[in-house]
Amino acid sequence: MIHTEHLYKSYELGGQTVYALDNVSVQIAAGEMVAIRGPSGSGKSTLMNVLGCLDRPDSGTYILNGEDVSTLNDDELASLRSQRIGFVFQNFNLLPRMSALRNVELPVHYLGGKDARAKAARALETVGLGDRMHHEPNQLSGGQRQRVAIARALVNNPDIILADEPTGALDTKTGEEVLALFKALNSQGHTILVVTHDLSVARHCPSEIYICDGQIVPSPTVGVGGGL
Amino acid sequence: MIFWTIAAVALRSLVANKLRSFLAMLGIIIGVWSVISALALASGAQKKVFDQMSALGTNVLMVTPGQRGTGGVITGTQKNLKVEDALALRNIPEVARVAPIVRGGVQAKHANKNTRPNLLGTAPTYFTIRNFQVQWGRPLSDADCDSSARVAVLGPTTATNLFGEASAAVVGQMIEIKGVQYRVIGLLVAKGDQGFFNPDDQIIIPFTTAMRQVLGVDYLSEVDLSAKDETQLTAIQTKATLLLRKQHRLADDVDNDFNVRNQADVLSATSTINTVLSLLLGGIAGISLLVGGIGVMNVMLVTVAERTREIGVRKAIGARQRDILRQFLIESVVMSATGGVLGVLGGMLTAKVISAMQTTITLQVKGPAVLLALGFSAGVGIFFGYYPARRAAKLDPIEALRYE
Repeated sequence: MIHTEHLYKSYELGGQTVYALDNVSVQIAAGEMVAIRGPSGSGKSTLMNVLGCLDRPDSGTYILNGEDVSTLNDDELASLRSQRIGFVFQNFNLLPRMSALRNVELPVHYLGGKDARAKAARALETVGLGDRMHHEPNQLSGGQRQRVAIARALVNNPDIILADEPTGALDTKTGEEVLALFKALNSQGHTILVVTHDLSVARHCPSEIYICDGQIVPSPTVGVGGGL
Repeated sequence: MIFWTIAAVALRSLVANKLRSFLAMLGIIIGVWSVISALALASGAQKKVFDQMSALGTNVLMVTPGQRGTGGVITGTQKNLKVEDALALRNIPEVARVAPIVRGGVQAKHANKNTRPNLLGTAPTYFTIRNFQVQWGRPLSDADCDSSARVAVLGPTTATNLFGEASAAVVGQMIEIKGVQYRVIGLLVAKGDQGFFNPDDQIIIPFTTAMRQVLGVDYLSEVDLSAKDETQLTAIQTKATLLLRKQHRLADDVDNDFNVRNQADVLSATSTINTVLSLLLGGIAGISLLVGGIGVMNVMLVTVAERTREIGVRKAIGARQRDILRQFLIESVVMSATGGVLGVLGGMLTAKVISAMQTTITLQVKGPAVLLALGFSAGVGIFFGYYPARRAAKLDPIEALRYE
């Protein structure tokens, strides 16, 4: 599903070159649920942006589902995102003044797909919000908002769901519920990447990629798929 | 996303930011409002002038004395237009009728009532040339003129002022002008006030009587000619000019001491003035629309900055540059077009109120003016919305998502 070879990405920061990605090669198979963990400034956000097709690497190859996507232009990347990637953000990032249903419809419109309403309704049913479709974000609780965001990520049936600190703005209990939902989706066959700095979140994922200073290193506290 | 969905969302975000949207639209509203009102005024004025001209007859040439003065200072009109000139003009073959006219202001009395109408001394031909009908009694006759008869035809307003009513009973009554009694022989059909003069408030008497007995002058104020065929007016104008130069014995290097004008000239002159007026008013209104556009642009820039994060989200979930561009363009067009619609409604209201407040002129809001104003305001939305929309479309999704 995801195959990268020797990704490099650097920034100029205060006259110094900082490597956010330094020879990163990862393999993620379809149907996996992987945590990308690392301290802040480790390059995990950059890795997520590249894997999520928001950003291009300076060099290296990124093969997504058999297609080389490392050199596509902005609009091609946008089309790719609408088809292949579903994003879930820490702060939900739902659009205000639009019902949950309309929020979930948006990616279908951008993809140019049909039956947006029916697809959106189905995605909302999947996340257990069939009875809240016509509520606007400010009428929903944090956990419900994150479910709407997950429905929005699901609606075009993407190859990968990319979640960036999906529990960061939720209390522990609600966070657990959201992670349970991800697990359920994973068991239905969705490939899920969870980016987090939080070990307790990473523990919910069967495997983990630990990144530090732009390089993938063995996890300092937990083995792949293991406990403490 | 289809147009109407975006437009509906745009409309809702306008409503959500009522005050800001209203202030941004205000420039457009005022601009369109003034365009509509100004054009309504101009077309109302044009119609008014046209109607007046038609009421006075279009098949008419007017000969008037030239201006008198020295060194460019006009001190009055010349006293050189004589009855002989009028008689000579009758010899032009294309001319159908000639009416000598002498004007003055007099006090007229009946019993204890006084009024000060226009006095018009003329010949029977005047009624035909100027399209005056007699409602009761009869118009002037040639015999009245030949004998300097003391007879008068009254306008309905004058009759009402003197007798309390305009009716058949007035015919045969006597009125007093400068201490002399005149018999009322006829009453005119009402024509309605024309603004610059009221044809219903006048006393028409034989020109011979007016010149010798009332005003004591030996010259005319005007000579009106009608053509046998309207198409010959220009030919008559040329011939009349030559003839009058000969009558007045003007040397070749001397300018005319009279004017020969026709109604069509006056009409086209006023319509030119009107066009210039429309352009001027339209130009001023256009500038205010431009200023309104700057207001829209300002608010759109604020909106784009404020919604940077939203733009980032939209891009992350698959919006291409053109999707974002289209969305913000539609928002700015919805804003300016809403302003345009409000402005048109305001202009229509103004036209109605002004028309209802007075009777001189009826303001006309015309379809093309409305389309022009609406089209222009939508255009302003596209033009001034493009830069902010472009800016939004070009945003880097990662930067935009990180924006707080």
